[in-house]
Amino acid sequence: MAELPKTPLLDELEKGPWPSFVTEIKEAAKHKASSRDLLGLLERSYRERLGHWKHGGIVGVLGYGGGVIGRYTDLPQDFPAISHFHTMRINQPPGWFYTSKALRQICDIWEEHGSGLTNMHGSTGDIILLGTTTPELEPTFQALCAVGFDLGGSGSDMRTPSSCVGPARCEWACYDTLGLAHDLTITFQDELHRPMFPYKFKFKCSGCPNDCVAAVARADMSIIGTWRDDIKVDHAKVKEYADKGLDIERTVIRNCPGKCMEWDGATLAIDNSACRKCMHCINVMPKALRPGDDRGATILIGSKAPIVEGALLSSVLIPFWKPEPPYEDLKDLVRTIWDLWAEEGKNRERVGEFIQRVGLGNFLSAIGLDPEAEMVAHPRENPYIFYAVGDKE
Amino acid sequence: MTEATQRVTDIGPPHHEKMMPPVIQKNYGKWVSHEILKPGVMVHEAESGDKLYTVRAGSPRLVSIWKLRKFADLADKYCGGHLRFTSRHNAEFLLTDPAGIDPLIADLKAIGHPVGGIGAAITSIVHTQGWVHCHSAATDASGIVKAVMDAIDPYFTGTKKIPGKLRIALACCLNMCGAVHCSDIAILGIHRRPPRTDVGAVGKLCEIPNVVASCPTAAIRPAQKDGASTVEVIEEQCMYCANCYTVCPAMPLNDPVNDGVSIWVGGKVSNARSEPTFSKLAVPYIPNNPPRWPEVVDCVVKLVELWAANARPYERMGEWINRITWPKFFRMAELPFSKEHIDDFKHAGLTFKRSAQLVH
Ligand code: SF4
Ligand code: SF4
Ligand code: SF4
Ligand code: SF4
Repeated sequence: MAELPKTPLLDELEKGPWPSFVTEIKEAAKHKASSRDLLGLLERSYRERLGHWKHGGIVGVLGYGGGVIGRYTDLPQDFPAISHFHTMRINQPPGWFYTSKALRQICDIWEEHGSGLTNMHGSTGDIILLGTTTPELEPTFQALCAVGFDLGGSGSDMRTPSSCVGPARCEWACYDTLGLAHDLTITFQDELHRPMFPYKFKFKCSGCPNDCVAAVARADMSIIGTWRDDIKVDHAKVKEYADKGLDIERTVIRNCPGKCMEWDGATLAIDNSACRKCMHCINVMPKALRPGDDRGATILIGSKAPIVEGALLSSVLIPFWKPEPPYEDLKDLVRTIWDLWAEEGKNRERVGEFIQRVGLGNFLSAIGLDPEAEMVAHPRENPYIFYAVGDKE
Repeated sequence: MTEATQRVTDIGPPHHEKMMPPVIQKNYGKWVSHEILKPGVMVHEAESGDKLYTVRAGSPRLVSIWKLRKFADLADKYCGGHLRFTSRHNAEFLLTDPAGIDPLIADLKAIGHPVGGIGAAITSIVHTQGWVHCHSAATDASGIVKAVMDAIDPYFTGTKKIPGKLRIALACCLNMCGAVHCSDIAILGIHRRPPRTDVGAVGKLCEIPNVVASCPTAAIRPAQKDGASTVEVIEEQCMYCANCYTVCPAMPLNDPVNDGVSIWVGGKVSNARSEPTFSKLAVPYIPNNPPRWPEVVDCVVKLVELWAANARPYERMGEWINRITWPKFFRMAELPFSKEHIDDFKHAGLTFKRSAQLVH
C-alpha cells in the first residue's frame, strides 16, 4: 500500500482525550485507496477552508429511487479514488441493536465493496456506509440483502423511521416504539424505496414525553408515548429519596409545570387531573414514580428544519392514541394525509409547511378530523375569521 | 446480470428481536426502574428481578469497520455478542454480569473510547458530514466536534459535575441534518455571501421555475442572458440559506473567507418541566479557523461553565435563561447584542419584548 498523505492540519485532531475521526480515516486509509484520497482531500479542505464535494447526480440500485446519495469530488484529477464516493443508507434495526455477528457481516461487506468508513449512525437513524463507486452499489446492496439488511430512504420519500430504545430497556416506554417503527417500515417499503412525495416524510417514535429521539423537532409525524391515568407512586420509595437528601420541594414540586404536586415532608400528593405528563417528577425519582397504566401516545405532525419556509416543531394531531398492532387506524390516517399532500403539496414542501399554507383548520377538514382544543397553544387572537356558514336566506 | 425477478428487494431491516440479547427478549416491556451507578454506567431492573447493566462509550460517529470489529469483539467478550448504539452516536454495551463492567471500561479506554454521558452530563454531539462528505457545508462538522469534545470531555466522563442535561449539536449548513435547532447549544455553519450564479449554466443544469421557487425570500427572478433563460439574484434580499444551491449546482455559495459558524442556545426537545423549544441566536458569526476552531471551542466552554455555575438542579440552558431573562444572559455571557439577533423573518413581531417586565 502507498504511503499515507501528509496531513499536518488533520494530525492536530488526533490530539486530546476524545476519540478522533481522523484516526478512523487513517486506519481505513491503510487498507483502502478511497479512504487514502479522502484523507488527502480533507486536508486540502482544512487548508483552503472549503469543501470539495459536488452535487450528487442520481445513482442507485435497480428498482429503488432512494437509499444512495450520489457524491463526487470536484478534484478528481488529484483524488481519483474518490471521483465517485457515494453514500449508502442502510436501514438500521429498530433501537440500533446488533449482534456482533450482524455487525461483522456489515463490516465484511463494506471492506469488500467500499471505503471501510461508516457513520454509526446518520441523523435520520440509518447506518451510513460512507463512500463507494457506482459499479459497487448493486453488489453491495445484494450482499447486504443476503444477510438481512436493506436500504433506507433518501430524497422525496418516506425516510427510515426510527425509535427510542423503548420497552427494550426503558421502564418509561408507554408503547412499543421498536415494534411500531418496524411495522411502519415494513408496511411502507414502497414509499421508503421509491420517492413519490412532494418532499421527505419522517416518522420518529419516542416512548414517553422525554422524547429521546427528538421526534417533536425532527419528524413529520412524531409519535410520543404518554398516559392518561394516575402516576404510580411508591410512597416508601419517595420517603427514601427524601431521607437520602433529595430536596423534593425545590427539585420536584417547584419544577412541576402543572403545579399539581404537594409535599409536606412526609407524603407526596399529586392532583393527576392537572398533571401535564411532562415526566419531570418521574425522571427525578425513577424508583418511586412511574407513568400510569393507561398508556398510549400523542401523535404530532409537521416538524422540520428551516429549509424552506422556516423551522417548525410538530403540533398535536391526535391527543391520545392507543397503539395496537397492526396499527391500521394510524396507517389509514397516514395514507389519507399522504394522498392529500401528494395531490396538493408543492414541490419540496414538507407536510408541516403545507399545513401552514392551507391552515390547520382546512387541513383537518380535508383529512376528516374534528378540531380539538389540544391542537392549539391557545385559540386565535385575531378576528379575521372565515366563518363556515352556508348560504343564508 | 441477474434477472430482476431473482433479486431480493424490499425486505426492510432485520427485526430487533433477532438483535437483542436474551435478557432483553425475556424482559421486553417489563422493566421497572433504573439507577445510575457511576458515570456512564446504569442498571435497569425488571419485574422478574433480572438486572441489565449498560456501559455507554463515546464515539466520533465517523468510525471505520476496523473499530466496529473491535466493538464486536468487546460485545463477545462481555455481553454475549450484543451491543447497541444511541441516537447520539454512543456505543452501548449491555451486561448481565456486573463483574464485567470495570474490565470492559478498561478495554474501551485502551482503544480510546471514554465512558460517560449518562444523566446530568454532556453526551456526544449530534452532527453532520461537513467537509468529509457534503457539498453545501459552510464549515466542517467532525473537526469542530472533536475539538469541542476534547475541551468538555470532563463533563462527559463525570469528573466535572453539572446541574442537569446539556445537549450540544452541530450542523454545517441551514439544511440542518440533525436536531440542532432544538439544542441547549447549537453550532451552525453559515454562509454570508449570496450565490455566485453561473449565469450560462443555470438554464442548462436546472429547472428555472424550481430555482425561483426555492428561495424563501423571493430573491431569485427569472432572467434572460444572450437569448437564453437564466436567473438573477436580488442580493439585498438574499440571506444565504443555500436552498437555491441545493436545487441548482450552478449557484454555489461556499466561500473560504466569509463562511463560518453561528452559535445558538436554549433549545430543548424533551417535555420535562418546560415545553420543547427552539434554540435562539447567541453569536451570529465566528470565522472558520481549522484545524481546531479555538474561538468556537472557547465560546462553547464559556457558555457551559456559565450555565453550570448558575443554573438550578435540572434546569436546562433555556430554562435558566428564561428565568434570568435574555438581556441578563447577554450581559453575563459578555456577548454583544446586535442587529442580527433581532428576527426579521415571518412572525418576527412575536419575538419582540411586549411588556415592561425587565431586569435592570
Ligand atoms: S423517550 Fe422515554 S421511553 Fe423512550 S428511551 Fe427515552 S425516556 Fe425511555
Ligand atoms: S409529570 Fe410533570 S406535570 Fe405531572 S406531576 Fe410530574 S412534574 Fe407535575
Ligand atoms: S447540514 Fe448541510 S452541509 Fe451539513 S451534511 Fe447536512 S446538508 Fe450537508
Ligand atoms: S441563498 Fe437562499 S436567500 Fe439567497 S438566493 Fe439562494 S435561496 Fe434565496
